[in-house]
Amino acid sequence: MAEQKLVATTGNALVAEAFRQIRPDVVAAYPITPQSSIVEDIAKHVASGRVHTNYVTTESEHSAMSACIGASAAGARVATATCGPGLAMMWEMLYIASGMRLPIVMANTNRALSAPINIHCDHSDVMGARDSSWITLFAETAQEAYDNTIMAVRIAEHPDVLLPVMSCLDGFITTHAVDRACMLDDETVAEFVGEYVPVNALLDTENPSSHGNFSGLGGLYFEFKAQQRAAMARASSVVAEVGERFAAISGRSFGMVEGWGMEDAETAIVVIGSSAGNVRHVARQLRAKGQKVGVLKIRCFRPFPVEEIRSALRGLKAIAVLDRSDSFGAEGGPLYLEIRSALYDLQERPPVVNYVYGLGGADVKLDLIERVYSDLSGIAVDAVEPAPLTYLGIR
Amino acid sequence: MPSLKELTKNKDLLAGGHRLCGGCGASIAVRQVLLTAGDADVVTSCATSCLEVSTSIYPYTSWKNSFIHSAFENSAATMSGVEAAFKGLKRAGKIPADKKMKFVAFGGDGGTYDIGLQSLSGAMERGHDMVYVCYDNGAYMNTGIQRSSATPKGAWATTAEVGPAQQGKIQRRKDLTQIMAAHNIPYVAQASISHWKDLTSKAEKAFSVEGPAFLNVFAPCPRGWRIPSSQSIEIAKLAVQTGFWPLYEVEDGVFRQTVRVANRKPLEDFLKPQGRFKHLFTPGNEALLAEIQSDVDKAWDDLIGRCATE
Repeated sequence: MAEQKLVATTGNALVAEAFRQIRPDVVAAYPITPQSSIVEDIAKHVASGRVHTNYVTTESEHSAMSACIGASAAGARVATATCGPGLAMMWEMLYIASGMRLPIVMANTNRALSAPINIHCDHSDVMGARDSSWITLFAETAQEAYDNTIMAVRIAEHPDVLLPVMSCLDGFITTHAVDRACMLDDETVAEFVGEYVPVNALLDTENPSSHGNFSGLGGLYFEFKAQQRAAMARASSVVAEVGERFAAISGRSFGMVEGWGMEDAETAIVVIGSSAGNVRHVARQLRAKGQKVGVLKIRCFRPFPVEEIRSALRGLKAIAVLDRSDSFGAEGGPLYLEIRSALYDLQERPPVVNYVYGLGGADVKLDLIERVYSDLSGIAVDAVEPAPLTYLGIR
Repeated sequence: MPSLKELTKNKDLLAGGHRLCGGCGASIAVRQVLLTAGDADVVTSCATSCLEVSTSIYPYTSWKNSFIHSAFENSAATMSGVEAAFKGLKRAGKIPADKKMKFVAFGGDGGTYDIGLQSLSGAMERGHDMVYVCYDNGAYMNTGIQRSSATPKGAWATTAEVGPAQQGKIQRRKDLTQIMAAHNIPYVAQASISHWKDLTSKAEKAFSVEGPAFLNVFAPCPRGWRIPSSQSIEIAKLAVQTGFWPLYEVEDGVFRQTVRVANRKPLEDFLKPQGRFKHLFTPGNEALLAEIQSDVDKAWDDLIGRCATE
């Protein structure tokens, strides 16, 4: 295991450090709250002369992703960062980046979508892009944001994958709070991510290639999409394998889903991102009182780890899914819908309820989590009728 | 400045057999510009457009050089990324420091004047070493002749119809070349496929400067303009001779007229052969016609005023 430096810093500062250590040839980005301190740190790294990265300060997120696409197709290792409205503005280009099979790595500092305008955390931004064929990792802590960002490079550039990766951290909560984390040294990270060997690079002038060609009616569009689905399926084992390799150098385990108390839990909360900490804290207190509660944190949302989720949740008496975004007009939030679907093939399907929480950075206090566990224990003994969808803590 | 004979010896990077219409100004513009790249390695990009869909039908490509299309509004931003990669990879030592390449972004007027203006402005301001070429045929031809901000006043388009209440496009054209000149980039020029020598010498200058260059190339569309495909060059010539499309360049901020027009022909000579202006010649539209002529006169006088006298 490599020697590490213990630091006290923000999630954004650690993502920027990871971006320095993975040595991208190009970063093209546009500043947006709460992502901006990442791109400000990149500017400092560039000005210091410590990195070779060509930093392209575009005039919009659309152009940022467009420049990333051009640079990646040219044969460069490329990183960027955005969030919320910026990610929404990139939406068209997200599909193009993945459709062109470009291994771009992007940090997304989860932010709510307007209106009303709000700069704080929720997952509406990334859930809007969930079908765009980007591998999507979520961090609970600054440490995980750092680790995920480094792993993202290996996953994206893996020859079996060649898909872009989004490394998500919760806006302000994880991006701006000072946290304790361990950093690997530059050489260890450089060795871990390795050299990027592009295929069909535009700058390989001995072998000219055309990218982004037209494939309309009667063309092979449909077949290209099937290849993307196959690549995303292969990504599952690559994510797990890269996680194991990363654990070997860092001593920090990585799971596509990470459980707490799930071995003998009777009820559980499924959660993504920073709120997992609060949920685990409450679960620990309830365990001390003898309640068999568990927590299942989703760390890799795309590819969706169906098998892992199914085996973790099998046999439970009641499950609550916390969604930090809503799918208005659907039965519940996006995570809830997918968890329910994952459990459909079980012989005995546990009751699953949905709580939409924390939209636009609304507070997720411990008493709200206690309430969810209390609802679950009532549902588990048939004392409480499961409510299909609750806006948790609404005033 | 090489002769036409010498130019024809250069590599022709756009292969024949593409699906563009006969008489299309776009492919003529592309070939004339790229002929001047000489032996340099070239990467081209293209906005979604007639040019793109007709030259890159998977699994074929008409581009002998490396080519990228990503979307409609971002030919400049996409190419800025390619150029940035070239510089980044040089700094990484993965590309030899003395290697020279040319980066050329193409877009139609819709992809340049309208939806791609922001991305173009950003790329030019950032100073990427690239040439942006707009082939201006004055409407969204690829999607079916809808009006753009480059469509001339009075022209018929499928979203600027002609009827008792309206006579084609109501508004004046946007003057994109002047907008690009205001970016104070090393080289900006307005050219036409009808004046090959002028166009190729401008393309050569655009390639030779360090930093961004912009070429606005007049490129008729027989289908959209309702002209026979044999008339593209003739109509383009008339655009120059009537002063509708003055040929000039802006080098380090200095305006210079590159093709003098001693006796400007009346604008009617340019408008009349085109079906898209047919309604302007029906009784009752005399005032509108006069107004369009006076707009051109004013723009001409303004430009001549800016151009350096020799």
